[in-house]
Order: sequence, then structure tokens, then C-alpha cells
Amino acid sequence: MKTVQFREALREAMSEEMRRDENVFLLGEEVAEYNGAYKVSQGMLDEFGAKRVIDTPIAELGFTGIAVGASMNGLRPIVEFMTWNFAILAADQIINSAAKMLQMSGGQYHCPIVFRGGNGTAGQLAATHSQSFEAFYAHVPGLKVITPSNPADAKGLLKAAIRDEDPVVFLESEKMYGDKGEIPEGEYIIPIGVADIKRKGKDVTIITFGKIIKVAHEAAAVLEKEGISCEIIDLRTIRPIDYPAVVESIKKTNRCVVLEESWPLASISSEIAYHVQRYAFDYLDAPVMRVTQTDTPFAFSPTLIDEALPNVERLVKAVKATLYRN
Amino acid sequence: MTAKSAPKPRKTTVKSTSKSTLKFPKETYVKWYKDMLLMRKFEEKAGQLYIQQKFGGFCHLYIGQEAVVAGTVSGSRPTDFHMTAYRDHAHPIGLGTDPRVLMAELYGRSTGCSKGKGGSMHFFDKSRNFMGGHGIVGAQIAMGAGVGFAEKYKGTDNVAFVSMGDGAVRQGALHETFNMAMVWKLPVVFIIENNNYAMGTSVERTTNVQDLSKIGASYEMPAQSVNGMSPEAVHEAIEMAATRARKGEGPTLLDIRTYRYKGHSMSDPQKYRTKEEVAEYQAQDPIEHCLNVIKENKFLSEKEIKEIQDWVNQEVAESVEFAENSPYPEAHELYEDVYKTEGYPFIVEY
Repeated sequence: MKTVQFREALREAMSEEMRRDENVFLLGEEVAEYNGAYKVSQGMLDEFGAKRVIDTPIAELGFTGIAVGASMNGLRPIVEFMTWNFAILAADQIINSAAKMLQMSGGQYHCPIVFRGGNGTAGQLAATHSQSFEAFYAHVPGLKVITPSNPADAKGLLKAAIRDEDPVVFLESEKMYGDKGEIPEGEYIIPIGVADIKRKGKDVTIITFGKIIKVAHEAAAVLEKEGISCEIIDLRTIRPIDYPAVVESIKKTNRCVVLEESWPLASISSEIAYHVQRYAFDYLDAPVMRVTQTDTPFAFSPTLIDEALPNVERLVKAVKATLYRN
Repeated sequence: MTAKSAPKPRKTTVKSTSKSTLKFPKETYVKWYKDMLLMRKFEEKAGQLYIQQKFGGFCHLYIGQEAVVAGTVSGSRPTDFHMTAYRDHAHPIGLGTDPRVLMAELYGRSTGCSKGKGGSMHFFDKSRNFMGGHGIVGAQIAMGAGVGFAEKYKGTDNVAFVSMGDGAVRQGALHETFNMAMVWKLPVVFIIENNNYAMGTSVERTTNVQDLSKIGASYEMPAQSVNGMSPEAVHEAIEMAATRARKGEGPTLLDIRTYRYKGHSMSDPQKYRTKEEVAEYQAQDPIEHCLNVIKENKFLSEKEIKEIQDWVNQEVAESVEFAENSPYPEAHELYEDVYKTEGYPFIVEY
């Protein structure tokens, strides 16, 4: 094992795949000469040259559409969005073009393409720069959606995404790029669609994904001191969701809390809650609880951020509610 | 607001042409005539069948605009790529797709060119490098540039031909794509099938820049207006633009001025234009023009012409028969062609 930053894990994944396959290339704003707005692609221009590490103008719709067309014609683009908030401008090409191409062409054309970039809140950036897009893109058949929570998963899943024949939405976080973690030496791939038990426990299952998992780990440590054992399931892939892993855990703990960084309505947490009541109803000893961001646009001031985001206190309270404890 | 006449195509080439001044050989005129007649008859039949409610969805006909596809196909190579918007019936016909699978697609049958999953607006034929058939106005502009991007990346000298209506010119996707296509010198030919109306809204009502070829100037993209009622003019412009692209000199914008005789779609009352305007263009009909050239130059005998017409009618009739005798897709096909991954775990509640 070796210790690397999250951004380095992503870079290793892209560079290894670009060495392996000439048809893989990276494009986006500031990815080449600036070395990446968040330094994910640092050094890649030097290794692969301007043909394969391509700076674009600020034109998300245009460069995403060009990448989608290139993917229809034999290439395997990695499209970096500076953040997923800006990718709203490219949503037409992701949702109407890439996600539909295989089906609308009756199986003739497909889009092996990865869309990746920072997702979710990242400090005091206010409403337009702080959104999470798991639920938006997971809604769309034809896409796959991945949200890694640590460097090892990020590398293995990004390599899987680049090799996948379907369009993949890969959601990272500006706040995680500097996180350090251990990753295996040498090549490895983590399959898409497989959840991971990040902490074993027996009393309550906490289901979560992405960087908010840190809150789950902190809450689990607090609860352990009170004699409550939490199992943390990291979904890692949001489309398709590993429902069997969710149900298996709940069969063991009989209690479930979903922790999600984004808003509550039509969310991943509401989807999980539906599925659990439908397929694990007889195993539940308490209603499914969830902790999400408040049902409001994200705001600038620190006090408003504290109010908006899920935190350890709220999660501890939700876990205890499933145990009928205060 | 009353409709005013469209920008006039150049009128010189639609008059009868003497043999000595013809720039194209007999074979080209015969092919144009045959292909355009097939497009026309296919579309006339599609329109009739649509009115008879033989199939549903939208139905945007290409009648009147055939010379644009005919000249584009003859001016390009079989290894080139073609992409267009939702007025897409004629493009695969021009490229040689069997009209049977196109008619079957209109009928939503599993034998259709997109297995009954795309319908009128989403024809595809990979065997002919026809890459759609796209329903969102302007989306194909960026994708088509990406097709050219891939050819340049792979080091070929193939060209991507991307068609759009005059309405699509107002989409942001066009301007973003034109900018990058010029920066990266992509081998793309952007074709405006300028029939002067974005559905019911004329060019002059939506822009200060009514000469669409001027749009290229913002990006220093070579651009010109072309008489879209003349397959000769279209062919020459396409060939010139393709040559530039193959030499690595980048994209060209062609404002091809054409006209659709029918409404935007089958539900269009056409109150935005006059009958006189329609008649003015019908007088320049490209199919009649090719037939006149063929007759005046004695390229074909009356019998041979009749054989072509009979063949076309037969093809269309057999296409309808093929479609009507084809099965609808079965329920399980809904889950196919959504992902390349085998066994994708769809959520199934029932």
C-alpha cells in the first residue's frame, strides 16, 4: 500500500488508462497548461501532450457535445468539469445525447465517456456552487453514477469508469482532493455497482456515499462510546445502487439511517427508504430515518452553512431514534 | 405579420443546360434523379400514411429540400460521416439505406433502422456512417464536430458533415462549437438547410443577421451561401469545403438556401407564408431539373426513365408492405440497448 492524495489517485487512474489505450483523452477547462483547476491533471500535459490533454474554452455545452460525438466515433473521452454546477449547461448533451444514444440508435452507437468533476458543497461558495447531483443523474436510465469517498475507491472506480462502454457520471469533491489515503500498489479495478461496508456493526445501518461519509464515521465513534454499534455502508455507485448490500445489512441490524449531503425531496435517501420498506419491511424494528441538507438553497454565511449541512449531532440523534433512545 | 419571400437562390443553374456546358456526367444526373425521386416519393407516402394514422409521433418531411442531400452525398466520400437533426428521412435514403427499414422505423417496428426505438426523428444507419437523426435542435452541431474531432485524432482525412435547420443557428451550441471547431481546425462541414422558417418563425423575425453565411465571420470560418435547389451547386460547395477539411484547414459553413414545400410537421397550417412563395420554389424543383437535363441530353430513353420511376414506386410500395408486415418490438426489448453492460440490474417493480 502507499499513501496518496485523492487528486493523485484520480490522476493515476487517468494516466494508467491513457497509457493503456491511445483512444482515451482528457479535455476540460484548465486541464492542460494550468495543470488543472484543482491540480488533478498536474503533469499530464507533459506526459501525454496537447493532443490528448486538451484545454477548452469556457463552453460546457459545446465541449461536452464534441466529446459525446467523439465517443460515438471510437474515442473514449474523459470530460472534466471544474464543478458539476457548471455542467448544468452541458446537461442536454449528458442527458439527451449520451444517455440515450445506444437506445435511440437501436444499439448501433454508444458513448463510452466519463464526465467527472467536483460535486457538492465546498465551503463558502453560496448557492450556485454548492450543489450535489447524484439524484439528478441517477434518475436517468442510460447513465451510470459514481461517488467515491476515499482515494482507493476513487482510483479503482475511475479506472472502471474509463473502461466502461456506457456513459459514466463521476462525482468528486473539491473538499476531498487533498484528502490522503492508502491505495494498493499496482493495478486494480473496483467494479461499478458494488457497495462497500466501511465499518462493520450490528445495531444500526448507516447508508451513505461521498465525502459526507466522514460525518458517519465520527458519529459511529461517538455512538460506540455509548454502546451503540453502527454499520456504515458506502454505496460508492449511485446508479445502479447495490440494493442487495443494503437489504443484507438491514436484515442484520434491523435499523436504518440514510445520510446524504444533498436535499431531501426526490433524493437518494428517499429512494433507499422506499426500497428498504418494500424489500426489508419484515426486518425493520423502527422507521427508516434520514439526515440530509436542509430543504433550502445553500447560503454563504458560516452560521447558515452550519444550519444547512448534516452533522454528527443530527446523525447521532437519528441513529438513537431508530433505537428509541434519547 | 405577413411572410416575405425567402432569400433568393441563384437561378442560373435550374434552367435547361446544354450538353457542352454540363459539369457533371450522365451517371451523376441519373443518380441524383433516382435518389431524389426516391426521397420525394418516400416522403409523399409517409405523409399520406401519417394522415391515415398508420403511425404516430412527429413527422417532418424533406420534400423540396432533396438537392441538399443529393449534392452532399455526391460531393462526399463513402468513408465520411453524416449527422442531422430530426428532419432526417432523406439523408439515409441518399446514403443508400434500404427504405424498408426506414419505413419500418416510422411504423415503430422492430425491423426498423433503430429497432422501433427512435421513430421518425431518430434514424440511424451505422453501415452507411449515418449517425442520426437527433431530436434536440442544435445538439447535433456539437456532436457532429466531435465526430470530426475523432477522425482528426485518428489521423484520417475523413470529414463529418453536420446538417441543421436555419432555426438551429440561434442555439448557443452552434456558437460554442464553431469557436472550438475553428480553434482546433476540425474536419467538419456545417450545413445549414436554410428553408427560411424555423417551424413558423422566419429568419428575419429572429435575427438582425439575415444572411446566415455571415455567422462564420465571427469565428473567421470560411462561409458561403449556396443555391440549395441545385444539386450541382450543392455538390461543388460540399466538395470545396471537404477538400479544405481533408487538408487540415478546418471547418466550413455552408448556408444552403432551400425550401420545404410542405409544413414544418404534419400539423402545420402554414399561415406564415404565401402560396405564391411556395410556387416560386416549386418552379425550381431539383427533381424536375435533373429530369430535364436527362431528357435534353438524351442521357436516358423514355423507357429507361419510366423504369426508374417504376422502380422508385415499387421500392416505396414494398417499404410500406415490409413495415406493415413487420412485428412490433416485444416487451423485453425495452430493456435492451439501454446499457452495453450485460445484465444491468434495472429496477423492476412488477
